[in-house]
Amino acid sequence: MYDKKRTRKISEDRKRWEAESLGKTLKRSPERLSRFSTVSDEEIGALYTPDLLEGFDYGKELSFPGEYPYTRGVQPSMYRGRLWTMRQFAGYGSAEDTNGRFKYLLEQGQTGLSTAFHFPTLMGYDSDSPRARGEVGKCGVAIDSLKDMEILFAGIPLDRVTTSMTINGPAAMIFAMYLAVAEKQGASFDKLGGTIQNDILKEYIAQHAWIFPPEPSMRIITDILGYCAERVQKWNTISISGYHIREAGSTAVQELAFTIADGIAYVKAGVEAGVPVDKFAPRLSFFFNAHMDFFEEVAKYRAARRMWARIMKVRFKAKDENSWKLRFHTQTAGCTLTAQQPQNNIARVALQALSAVLGGTQSLHTNSMDETLALPTEHAATVALRTQQIIADESGAANSIDPLGGSFFVERLTGEMEKKAMAYIEKIDDMGGMVAAIKRGYPQREIADAAFHHQRLVDAREKKIVGVNCYKMEENLPIPILKIDESVEKMQVERTRQVRAKRNAKRVKSRIDALKDASLSNANLMPVLLDAVREYATLGEVCDALRETMGTYTDPAMF
Amino acid sequence: MASAAAGSQAAGKSRKPERKVRILIGKPGLDGHDRGAKIIARALRDAGFEIIYTGLHQTPEMIVNAAAQEDVDGIGLSILSGAHNYLLPRIIAMLKAKKMGDVVVFGGGIIPDEDIPKLRKKGVDRVFTPGTTLQEIVAYVRERVRPRK
Repeated sequence: MYDKKRTRKISEDRKRWEAESLGKTLKRSPERLSRFSTVSDEEIGALYTPDLLEGFDYGKELSFPGEYPYTRGVQPSMYRGRLWTMRQFAGYGSAEDTNGRFKYLLEQGQTGLSTAFHFPTLMGYDSDSPRARGEVGKCGVAIDSLKDMEILFAGIPLDRVTTSMTINGPAAMIFAMYLAVAEKQGASFDKLGGTIQNDILKEYIAQHAWIFPPEPSMRIITDILGYCAERVQKWNTISISGYHIREAGSTAVQELAFTIADGIAYVKAGVEAGVPVDKFAPRLSFFFNAHMDFFEEVAKYRAARRMWARIMKVRFKAKDENSWKLRFHTQTAGCTLTAQQPQNNIARVALQALSAVLGGTQSLHTNSMDETLALPTEHAATVALRTQQIIADESGAANSIDPLGGSFFVERLTGEMEKKAMAYIEKIDDMGGMVAAIKRGYPQREIADAAFHHQRLVDAREKKIVGVNCYKMEENLPIPILKIDESVEKMQVERTRQVRAKRNAKRVKSRIDALKDASLSNANLMPVLLDAVREYATLGEVCDALRETMGTYTDPAMF
Repeated sequence: MASAAAGSQAAGKSRKPERKVRILIGKPGLDGHDRGAKIIARALRDAGFEIIYTGLHQTPEMIVNAAAQEDVDGIGLSILSGAHNYLLPRIIAMLKAKKMGDVVVFGGGIIPDEDIPKLRKKGVDRVFTPGTTLQEIVAYVRERVRPRK
């Protein structure tokens, strides 16, 4: 279909069509816009035909699901064998509040847990830290010590439910608490499945929930890679993320490129730390955004799989095919939700979720309609979950694998995105890799520029947002939103004080000292952290100890 | 905003040139979402204002000290973490204690409509909610913020 002779003929026919049929129509009635482009402002053509895929080799570019380069899916039977995991990000207030929401979502049919922590936990502070005033329980669940973690997972068997935890700066500490809970439940580590986000590079770039500077942070990550390779072998050690990069305002190509570049940096770091690539690469996972332009997103996911497979096989010479497979979670784009006419967000999320499914995601979170205003109410979270269930059980999207494969448009777009993303990656390689690029401010600046450019387009109404710069309405029907009571902070502060009062202070001190020593040596920090959290050392205490020995990172404040 | 150059005798009067309005854009609390703050800082800078951007993770003390040090006329605070009811009034109280109560404080981010009247009563001059255009913000600062001295 794509050999030169045939595509030349099609190319000629196409030119005839453009000149005659299309030309005639456009004379009478021009196109609606002078330029059609994606939300990333990439220009899109009117029609895609086989000549745009000249030389396309099915075996080389696509192959089959579960076979290199995995463009059509990482697994041979994909959703016909097992649907993507419906994994709704949840967390607010106290551990009891979130335990309740976890159980509710599992009852309503979600198939995996995903934990949102409040800002003090994300930044490594306890709820009674002066830094935590006003923040407790507002953006996620308050976790200060193992005690909170035990309550969070009460009645949830960790050897039978997989859990994702969105935690980065203090990922090792929170992971240690999770393992300690599993221990108390009698669940053996080799049965535990789940993910810690643990992707510090994208923190410097986009999400900004860091604690320590880059080098010590990478050390902690390689400690986790090494520890899990031996002790927690089903665990996904990093969720190499593009979601936040996109939320910060990057284009789709930048999201793709910077995420893969971060992945490259982690693989390099792991290998340099002495962990053989095939021992940890199979448990690296990814996390992408599902943004507004449907086809750009589908192409992005397919390009990501093909790129990673090629990089792992050729560049890193991984031998285990599981090291070549890019498995990913997706979340629909928070930044596309509107405060105006919030019920429109249900439609946005449905389309975004569908693109992730047609892109072959392994797990999916759908946003709630009210999330521009507050954390989701139970009702809004239920509608979001039902959206996935409707896609799975009513739409037919999961009947056949990679149904958009072979579309001239989608294959062309996939190829273009791969090429453009590889150009960014080469640039970053020339800078010395992602850590060096971050220190220069390169990805941060690219993102800030893209974000500013997009805002200009929106303000000029060149990019339409329904309800915001078009189809506006006088709204007088506010929807109910979730409110976090100030009493949560009071309760949590008291709880943590009690934890400190009741534990063995001497043992905590000796564990904290051991932690400081270990951080100054080459020892793997995971067992040392486990020792500390078992004794109910608090998150703040553990992080403060390492702030002393490893230093802290400050925002370079560029705009 | 231009004024007669010093020494102009055109109208028989001379006027001191009005200095550039100085705006501090701050990110109070632990919130790390800075996309909006950065865009607004850039837009205001392009519009001719002198911009000081504090960066992330600022305590109220850090913001107020920076504002004093930089002798600003207005402060824009961006907060998406839900901690606005504590942090914004705290910053305003500290400004008043430093005799900087005439600095115009405005804010934005994720601030529910129902919290806005309370914040305004406490001294936040304006709260910008999601969907605001850059033109609106620039126009507001132009209209509302003057050099303090």
